[in-house]
Amino acid sequence: MRDVAVIGIGMTKWGELWEKSLRTIFVETALLAIDDAGVDRLDSMVVGCMSSGLFIGQEHLTSLLSDYLGKNPVPAARVESACSSGGLALRQGFIEVASGMSDIVLVGGVEKMTDVTGCEATYALGTAADQEYEGYHGLTFPALYAMMAVAHMHKYGTTREQLAMVAVKNHENGSKNPLAQFPFKISVEAVLQSVLVADPLHILDCSPITDGAAAVILCPADMAKKMKKPVVRITGSGHATDTIALSSRKDMAWLESTHLAGQKALAMAGQKIGDIDLFEVHDCFTIAEIMITEALGLVEQGRGGKAVEEGLTALKGKFPVNPSGGLKAKGHPVGATGVAQAVEVIKQLRGEAGERQVKGAKRGLTQNMGGTGGSSLVHVFEAD
Amino acid sequence: MPNPSKYWREIPQRYRLEAGKCTKCGFIAFPPRLVCPQCGNRKFEKTKLADSGTILTFTIIRVPPHQFEDQAPYAVGIAELDDGVRLTAQIVDCDSGVLKIGMRVRIEFRKIYEEGAAGVIYYGYKFVPA
Repeated sequence: MRDVAVIGIGMTKWGELWEKSLRTIFVETALLAIDDAGVDRLDSMVVGCMSSGLFIGQEHLTSLLSDYLGKNPVPAARVESACSSGGLALRQGFIEVASGMSDIVLVGGVEKMTDVTGCEATYALGTAADQEYEGYHGLTFPALYAMMAVAHMHKYGTTREQLAMVAVKNHENGSKNPLAQFPFKISVEAVLQSVLVADPLHILDCSPITDGAAAVILCPADMAKKMKKPVVRITGSGHATDTIALSSRKDMAWLESTHLAGQKALAMAGQKIGDIDLFEVHDCFTIAEIMITEALGLVEQGRGGKAVEEGLTALKGKFPVNPSGGLKAKGHPVGATGVAQAVEVIKQLRGEAGERQVKGAKRGLTQNMGGTGGSSLVHVFEAD
Repeated sequence: MPNPSKYWREIPQRYRLEAGKCTKCGFIAFPPRLVCPQCGNRKFEKTKLADSGTILTFTIIRVPPHQFEDQAPYAVGIAELDDGVRLTAQIVDCDSGVLKIGMRVRIEFRKIYEEGAAGVIYYGYKFVPA
């Protein structure tokens, strides 16, 4: 396998982008990544998107997006793994470059979610769960994560306030990210007083509906060095799956797929979790971040709530988690999220993260998750 | 509206709680599967789920998907049935105040939702306090 580097990144402002279509959002972002890399050719592109069919009534993104990017007849693939589609696209692009199959690969992620009503979006997102045995009974994604929260609170004494603190921390970080959908601070009281979606999760415990895209350019590390680019390598890639239905898990307060993907990625990189300087993780709901910090081994099982309360995961804490603002404040255009996490880590490792820069960051980790943890992808990045 | 086949193919599970029991290790698969996730065996015999269980976790849904808009807020939970199978369903016939982990429930056959003004009525199982 060849060493793989990221030589270009692209992301535009996320939010409710009513005036822009999926193809426009994607192409704007892809052009930023291409210009940042300074490449004039692409050998291949891989795009993560969860559900353009349900959100905008359009499939066959491979043709649409390569066409509007002006890159036909470039080979293009679209991959889907629910909310971890972006992370999966990154892994497929990584494998393609590492294997020697392609040299310069564009990895993108995109989702256009505001062309449908809130109820329709809730339905579309719900298709990441078991439609016949969870969705049929009226279950929603917030409901599934709420049941994980109830199980975690019962088992470990995690509190509603600790859940709220995850959102408060991520908004604090997001207030320093000009591309975030919600670049402002919130308080614990505001979270607890916001409307309940599925008890105990309030609306401010939930990541929002977002339009957005993100893109990176990958190439062999040797080629990147010759191009005199700041070289950030992808040194670890881990991927694991778990049952589609939450009810089939042995422990509903534990994310086994994230645990396994994290172990694989760290072993491949030859790193320990304590060696990583910052983490971009999948806080689709506040309880998710708490459970992810446990599954990745940042804290002991059951200590995730205490960790956020004690500031361990704050921007200036021992383990900065979600310096970008996370899914909560930055936004969560589902297929784009996994790629945007990589964009943030590269910015941090290049020292280009502005006010939210983690000082001297050399190694970063992304964790992207589909469904209630039915899929997890973890990547490790290191600056040369 | 999808073809009726999408609905009637699940009727043995939704109306009669039919499950598959692994002939090798005894794992009960609901819905039935072709491969046992526990031992890899591919032979199952038909069995019926236990009709009572204990709530492991629950929530109250206040923002529903569109088919359930007229029912919100409603409670849902995951119960471990007395045969060890875990099942997700609505919890009905009780106030939200009585919901708790460890609560005993029984499975009843109920209406799940209706589709449109003159549409199909969807049936299935729900939990009620035992």
